[in-house]
Amino acid sequence: MFETLILILDATLRVSTPLILAALAGLFSERSGIVDIGLEGKMLAGAFAAAAAAAVFGSAWIGLLFAIAASVSLALIHGFACITHRGDHIVSGVAINTIVAGLTVTLGLDWFDQGGQTPSLTGDARFTPITFPFADQLADVPVIGLIYSELLSGHNILVYLAFAMVPLTYWIVFKTRFGLRLRAVGENPHAVDTAGISVALVRYRAVIICGILCGLAGAYLSTAHNAGFLKDMSAGKGYMALAALIFGKWRPIPVLCACLLFGFLDALAVRLQGVSLPGIGEVPVQAIEVLPYVLTVLLLAGFIGKAVGPKAIGKPYVKERA
Amino acid sequence: MSQAKVPAWVSVGLIPLLNILLAFLVSGLVFLAIGEDPIEAAGYLVYGAFGYDEGIGYTLYYATNLIFTGLAVSVAFKAGLFNIGGEGQAYIGGLGVGLLCLWFDSSLPLLVIAPLAIIGGALFGAAWAYIPAYLQARRGSHIVITTIMFNFIASSLMVYLMVNWLKAEGVMSPISRTFEESAWLPYMHDIFAPFGFDIGDSPLNLAFVLALLCCVFYWALVWHTRWGYQLRTVGTNPTAAQYAGIDNAKVTIWVMLISGGLAGLVGVNEIMGVNHNLLLNFTAGYGFAGIAVALMGRNHPIGIVLAAMLFGALYQGGAELSFEIPTITPEIVVVIQGLVILFSGALENMFKGKIEGLFLRKAAA
Repeated sequence: MFETLILILDATLRVSTPLILAALAGLFSERSGIVDIGLEGKMLAGAFAAAAAAAVFGSAWIGLLFAIAASVSLALIHGFACITHRGDHIVSGVAINTIVAGLTVTLGLDWFDQGGQTPSLTGDARFTPITFPFADQLADVPVIGLIYSELLSGHNILVYLAFAMVPLTYWIVFKTRFGLRLRAVGENPHAVDTAGISVALVRYRAVIICGILCGLAGAYLSTAHNAGFLKDMSAGKGYMALAALIFGKWRPIPVLCACLLFGFLDALAVRLQGVSLPGIGEVPVQAIEVLPYVLTVLLLAGFIGKAVGPKAIGKPYVKERA
Repeated sequence: MSQAKVPAWVSVGLIPLLNILLAFLVSGLVFLAIGEDPIEAAGYLVYGAFGYDEGIGYTLYYATNLIFTGLAVSVAFKAGLFNIGGEGQAYIGGLGVGLLCLWFDSSLPLLVIAPLAIIGGALFGAAWAYIPAYLQARRGSHIVITTIMFNFIASSLMVYLMVNWLKAEGVMSPISRTFEESAWLPYMHDIFAPFGFDIGDSPLNLAFVLALLCCVFYWALVWHTRWGYQLRTVGTNPTAAQYAGIDNAKVTIWVMLISGGLAGLVGVNEIMGVNHNLLLNFTAGYGFAGIAVALMGRNHPIGIVLAAMLFGALYQGGAELSFEIPTITPEIVVVIQGLVILFSGALENMFKGKIEGLFLRKAAA
């Protein structure tokens, strides 16, 4: 029983990682007032770029750089449409998601000739698990051994990075000057403008950070969690990250909890497939899979707390001229 | 800068046209990037879509779905709402159509089943849109997020129902039994055959006529009823609407019901017209494509029909294209679709200021 629990939690960490990275990406963007439903597309683009570059250059790190580059370029397109040309944030996000869904397969087929997939990656082209010191020796120690060697040790660097990003995000958003400005442009851009700070510049920085984090999430999917790119491999994780962002009320620590909860439900659904629980019978997998979305809707409806987003979210900022 | 001085042909003709041309130009670059000649590819596309009878039939069949979802997105746009849940509403609408067909196919004639299924599909689609609409109108939760969530919920629900309840016996894959022929919407080629016209076998069926009727319905509703006036007022200026005594929440709910109903009719075309059984993923992205259709069609029924035909042609032509040039996937059509959304939706203001300024200066001189 204990071992099963550890295994589920272990899977939870792995499944949550892309959610955490993407949700934090969304946090930077949305805190600055830019709605981003393009998390999905940026993540998918990152996954494709990472796998393609890793396959060509044989290095996961070069793949990571390409993933970030691809994702940041899309973020800049989003910024160009929403910040510079005051376009609709949702339309722009949908456009990015659609373009990436088609483009990754089109380019994949042209470059690798494997029906839109990238070649499967081995060795240095993937991020490999990091084993903590003494993890193997401690594995037999009761309770602690299992937690240390199975749950904490043995993940790849991106998993640890994702978790490290949470306090870092908290620090940037709530303890630095940039963070104050970031939150201010999302709440009251006029005030920021009056203070002599460029609203557009702060928002552009925010979408670039968003792009970097989505690129990391994408690279995790194709070069760490899996060994190569598959068509539509982000499979709605970007939207689930968006749900987690709302569920966590746009704050880093609650967002982390939401991501872990959603990840746990995902891991549980895999475990419970075809398992009959005593007293309840067989729980349909779909019922667990659907919980994150249902919970988010309930939260949005105000049935479990209240989610209030940044005040100026989704509104283009028009500088007043005398 | 006053809008009134800019000639109408510039704002409804020239600027949208420029945006779409730009989208196609960038699409051409994508073709160049994968080492194909865009002109040659366009030739295959056009031939595949319009060059022969079956091709035209397929184009119109795809267009049927896109008209439904395009109208669905558009009617919500008119009221200032973004219904991104067309996909889920179409899915559940199809479930409604399928259930009615499964229940009545051996007991009722087509003349009774068809209207029942159409109403059923629309009702199921509308019901799926009702919850997000209610939450937006009464509890202030953002409709974009809730409709996205409802797409996923619809998808899980369908998998559950198909796998556990509706799957035909003795089949591995989750599809229902095939309906009796009394629940098949007649194909256009079967309708035309007795009159001596041979239009080639294609999935084009009577649902296309239903789609055109929906366009007329949309036009009459939005521009020629009191209620349509309310809808447009809410979309243009919700505060003014409220002062004028319009119940914004009520309008929101009604608009979403109509939007969901229109999206649900995709099920009539797909389930009753073509597949003749219930299956998974028959919506195939039409809900999202509807956004491109609505944007490109400038939220007008005639524009939507034209845009739906264009995208239908891209779908069909894309299939032909990938057949002629195996290194190209039909997915390239999705790229073009996305670029159209980007340039005629998100970046619609890119040229607007400059071009309008040009005309205003000319008018002033």
